[in-house]
Amino acid sequence: MEKILVGLKRVVDYNVRVQVKSDGSGVDTDGVKMSINPFDEIALEEALRIRERGEASEVVVVSIGSSDAQQQLRTGLAMGADRAILVETENSMDALTIARVFMAIIERENAELVILGKQAIDDDNSQTGQMLAAIWGRPQATFASELRFDGETARVTREVDSGLETIEVDLPAVVSVDLRLNEPRYVKLPDIMKAKKKPLDQISIADLGVDTAPQVKETLFEPPAGRTRGIMVEDVAGLVAALKDKGLV
Amino acid sequence: MAKILVVAEHNGTTLNPSTAKCVACAAQIDGAEVDVAVFAASPSEIAAEAAQISGVSRVLTVAREENGVAIAAILAPQIVALTSGYSHVFGPSTAFGKDLMPRVAALLGVNQVSDIMSVEGSHRFKRPIYAGNAIVSVEAPADSTVVATVRTASYQAAEGGNSATVESADVEVDLPTHTRFVELQTGQSDRPELQVAAKVVSGGRALGSEENFDLIFKLADKLGAAIGSSRAAVDAGYVPPETQVGQTGQIIAPDLYIAIGISGAIQHITGIKDAGTIVAINKDEEAPIFEVSDIGLVGDLFNIVPELTEMLG
Repeated sequence: MEKILVGLKRVVDYNVRVQVKSDGSGVDTDGVKMSINPFDEIALEEALRIRERGEASEVVVVSIGSSDAQQQLRTGLAMGADRAILVETENSMDALTIARVFMAIIERENAELVILGKQAIDDDNSQTGQMLAAIWGRPQATFASELRFDGETARVTREVDSGLETIEVDLPAVVSVDLRLNEPRYVKLPDIMKAKKKPLDQISIADLGVDTAPQVKETLFEPPAGRTRGIMVEDVAGLVAALKDKGLV
Repeated sequence: MAKILVVAEHNGTTLNPSTAKCVACAAQIDGAEVDVAVFAASPSEIAAEAAQISGVSRVLTVAREENGVAIAAILAPQIVALTSGYSHVFGPSTAFGKDLMPRVAALLGVNQVSDIMSVEGSHRFKRPIYAGNAIVSVEAPADSTVVATVRTASYQAAEGGNSATVESADVEVDLPTHTRFVELQTGQSDRPELQVAAKVVSGGRALGSEENFDLIFKLADKLGAAIGSSRAAVDAGYVPPETQVGQTGQIIAPDLYIAIGISGAIQHITGIKDAGTIVAINKDEEAPIFEVSDIGLVGDLFNIVPELTEMLG
């Protein structure tokens, strides 16, 4: 295939434990480390491997958000993507509008495969890939843990609750990736230098002529109700006694 | 008035308990009338099960050969064809529902509410974000269909004893052929399934090898428990991915959860915080798992687990 699109979302780093703002208006992201959504890194790694096997000729990374997301796109270029597109918006975006933005990019780029993370670790929605496949009218292979191509079809193994499901999809298609698909490569310093010269197009969301979808409003953020620390027992006999007390064994 | 369509999850022959949990969630909306839709090759037995769920008004069956295995691209247009007259469409936040429901939402031109953990009004819900580090209240637009997934760990399955009417529905839509089922590999096991088990014994990286996980299996079998694991244990190849509990694995709410050699990263805790009783066994007394456990025991799992298995005998 000619071209693969990969979505990269800028999110609060995996290791940061976010705090809810005291006025309930959001979570505090001031001065917090930001990274590529870990699932999106796996998506990009897979796209690069497909290109390196000679099964695709170009990998384009796409991010939708503020101009700060250039940082994540540069990292994607350093990993090995050929080009980057930043669709700029200052508004917080909903999944359906993002899917429509991707659709507009697919049409501009004539892409045959879109690889996305199965969820973003900030909103934990897990929607964009499925929505994109729906409006594109194409197959979706979500939660992928293995991906192989045979001409105009892809065979995808998916992580489902009961085990591993394999499906066959015709291309073009949308794939959303799970943790076990691959281990993303580390970026080396010379690659970071090289990435500075690679093209990064910035386009405004207004230029794409995308209709904004009806929003699900976020009205209040609260910290979760915590579990409280229970008892400590000294030994196995104490544990068995405590379980018996609760009628659990 | 709210009229809610719940999309049934099943394996072709029996109904998944996630369906009764979605019904329980839907029933919390004031004045809700709840119907269940069963898409299958031969839906009658599954529909009979769904008809018993308390709170269900009608069960709609759509029998088509193409519905033999659940494929989102095939189910979504059929669901959309059924949604006229419904204010809400709910599915479970399991792999099945997470795959399917956003496709339904996009075809309807609406956003989806993922992982409802509580109902605050007909269009107002609470859901977890940031691996459960924050809970957000959301409000879906009043003038369009609410498409949502239900966080099954937040709900007890609605009880049985009902006898709702079962009707077959005609759905005349063209179905795509671009997505084809090849095979499903399931871990051959007599143990209960993770999602529905009352007890779960879960192992982490500290087990150290695939062979050592045998300790977990033996304890689980003594208790009649399902097997769970941390991401670290799956990444190390000790157990298959479908055992993983947490933000990116399965979210569960068993009566008893025993975490063995699991330190308790927030991403893991978010998968178990609705469990009845959490037991933690870990050699590190500072491990975060002890902050959320009801019963903690500090020590070497390689001594404790065999002894515990023995004493429960």
